[in-house]
Amino acid sequence: MALLKSSKMIYCLGNISPSLGVLSTRNSSWWGGVQMGPPDPILGVTEAFKKDTNPKKMNLGVGAYRDDQGKPFVLSCVRKAEAIIAAKQLDKEYLPIGGLAEFSKACAQLALGPENEVLKSSRSVTVQTISGTGSLRIGANFLARFHAGPHDVYLPKPSWGNHTPIFRDAGMQLKAYRYYEPSTCGFDFKGALDDISKIPEQSIILLHACAHNPTGVDPRPEQWKEIADIVKKRNLLVFFDMAYQGFASGDIDRDAWAVRHFIENGHNIVLSQSFAKNMGLYGERVGGFTVVCKDAEEAKRVESQLKILIRPIYSNPPVNGARIAATILNTPELRSLWLEEVHGMANRIIKMREQLVAGLKKNGSSHNWQHVIDQIGMFCFTGLKPEQVERLTKEFSVYMTKDGRISMADDSNEQI
Amino acid sequence: MSLFSDVPQAPPVAVFKLTADFREDTHPQKVNLGVGAYRTDDCQPWVLPVVKKVERLIVEDESLNHEYLPILGLPEFRSAASKVALGDDSPAIKENRVGGVQALGGTGALRIGAEFLRRWYNGVNNTATPVYVSAPTWENHNGVFADAGFKDIRPYHYWDAAKRGLDLAGFLDDLEKAPEYSIFVLHACAHNPTGTDPTQEEWKQIAEVMKRRKLYVFFDSAYQGFASGSLEKDAWAIRFFVSEGFELFIAQSFSKNFGLYNERVGNLTVVSKDNENLTRVLSQMEKIVRTTWSNPPSQGARIVSKTLNSPELFEEWKGNVKTMADRVLLMRDQLKAKLQALGTPGTWDHITQQIGMFSFTGLTPKQVEYMIKEKHVYLMASGRINMCGLTSKNIDYVAQSIHEAVTKVQ
Repeated sequence: MALLKSSKMIYCLGNISPSLGVLSTRNSSWWGGVQMGPPDPILGVTEAFKKDTNPKKMNLGVGAYRDDQGKPFVLSCVRKAEAIIAAKQLDKEYLPIGGLAEFSKACAQLALGPENEVLKSSRSVTVQTISGTGSLRIGANFLARFHAGPHDVYLPKPSWGNHTPIFRDAGMQLKAYRYYEPSTCGFDFKGALDDISKIPEQSIILLHACAHNPTGVDPRPEQWKEIADIVKKRNLLVFFDMAYQGFASGDIDRDAWAVRHFIENGHNIVLSQSFAKNMGLYGERVGGFTVVCKDAEEAKRVESQLKILIRPIYSNPPVNGARIAATILNTPELRSLWLEEVHGMANRIIKMREQLVAGLKKNGSSHNWQHVIDQIGMFCFTGLKPEQVERLTKEFSVYMTKDGRISMADDSNEQI
Repeated sequence: MSLFSDVPQAPPVAVFKLTADFREDTHPQKVNLGVGAYRTDDCQPWVLPVVKKVERLIVEDESLNHEYLPILGLPEFRSAASKVALGDDSPAIKENRVGGVQALGGTGALRIGAEFLRRWYNGVNNTATPVYVSAPTWENHNGVFADAGFKDIRPYHYWDAAKRGLDLAGFLDDLEKAPEYSIFVLHACAHNPTGTDPTQEEWKQIAEVMKRRKLYVFFDSAYQGFASGSLEKDAWAIRFFVSEGFELFIAQSFSKNFGLYNERVGNLTVVSKDNENLTRVLSQMEKIVRTTWSNPPSQGARIVSKTLNSPELFEEWKGNVKTMADRVLLMRDQLKAKLQALGTPGTWDHITQQIGMFSFTGLTPKQVEYMIKEKHVYLMASGRINMCGLTSKNIDYVAQSIHEAVTKVQ
């Protein structure tokens, strides 16, 4: 109450402090002190692109897959699943807080493999989330509330732009470990191990499961093994972000290898999954958050607390995308079709990479562009500097994020 | 040693536990008067005919895809949603000082609004501003504002148990005594859980004090159209406050009035002094949304947007809404009549005076326990019943059960 009294006094004095003073003048707005927020570094690129009138403009910003005509691609397995669902004439009753059970189960099986001991012993919990972002946020909130160790989250340098504000808004602190080596446009393995070996115990380390965003640079399996060892030595809590399973190499098991290895290696990880890219369900917001626990009893306790976190954010998740994903994963013909289509998308991107390098060489570039082929997944870290990016945007209407990241998925043969 | 060994088991959310218990019950006459979802007279969920029609149109539209919506949501949805709340002729909309943030249900709209207020209202990153919620209120209001960071959440007098109506004097008194700039969460209509709304005259009194004491107006509008059957009537309080010049938030839900519960369709309407302030506010809303869910789900917004933006579909929707509202009104009439016919002690006028999905019966916790255990009629411990759970087939049994509970249990 003392706090209120003193703040009440401040408001009476009112006109001194700019943000508080605004409130006391009768005709002004509550929001006089609200600053204009900067455009989002990633989604803002698309806003700027939309406004550009150049007919040859290209958007290589947002990570959304395009077919060879440059059009959004709705997977056949998705259309088929939608038809099946429409025919069922289901009601619209609320989902449970943790989401559609068939979805959560299938989601966990996809990541861990159906025979995984974790699933067999029921020692994990998976909740349906609002795609990858929602999953990361729930995870961050959960750690903020329950993690007994330091509330420092170590991100690879660089990482997806939205990781930092998500964890920050959840109340966590951000730190980094070396990851990308600009001189080779590759993985700074030594630097990563060195930094990780110095992380205080029980801190949280975030790892991109595959198709690192924004660099496209992934550790090789032997490198993952060493990382797993040192992470275990440091007793760190592992937070995997897997937004591209299947989409990276074309093979869902290969892309989940790191996640499964860590679990086998004894790490009780937390895991965020997104189906935005690998099922093209971007706007339906389909994702999952998994906590691998000590045993089934602990998993139940953790589940109950996840629900307590979810309820005051959005009560329960949207059904549409989860039903589509569950139908695909749980219907054998659709699942096979999906695996084919995801393989196809990954292959097209690999082809685009090869074509881009060939095209650059043909245009007389003497620069070494091997990294474009070596990198994996939707994004390519061109190595372009901010000034070069700005020039590309201003003079050629080619839009990409300031860090030189381009979306390989958004290239067509023509544009290359 | 697990990092999570100290994680305690959380209690289940009461309203969902009630439904879970109901499901396990094998009694042939069991009735679920718990969760707030509409039921037909056959006690079935009801997908609105207009929704079925629009969903077919969406499926058949080959030009549609599953691309990301903008961070703030589907533009046609946001504008149509705000228009439905404020009215076609809204001066505020004409003056370009109204904006919307598509959100995940009413809950999502409340949460985004709460997060914004904590960051930007009454100072910066201010967690100390008191947030007042009605006594009683929807239980999730507390959680939403608490998890958004507000440290001081207080009740304001609302339900008068003795007279089974609105405690206006207590309410006005709390408004007078609240520290200036406090935030008040107001139910736009069909108060949850009591079903008791202020009259227009009472709203005028409330508004007068709020303006004078510089209190922040945050409307929760989850039942527009569903309460009285009329969109305009149910939005009267909101529109009055806007006409009085308040800057305010309205958390809108389309879960009930569109029956789109699991699609999570909501909208946070922002009414600001002018367009310049609105623009800055929306830019900050984007930042909040981006770290919560990045961008909202498209399906539900498409359904609502198509419906609200098409004159014929809009009319059809209003008809569907009236169907639901009328059935609820009929059940209210009949329940009261049956209790009176049984000679159940007490007055039962409040059942028809209250409005919307819920009724605060006035049953005590012990009487509620009797209803559940002995009669297999499930209702909330507060005595709240969902009128939609009543049907022509079970209303006699329910009335009889209430009669027994009141006469046998003190």
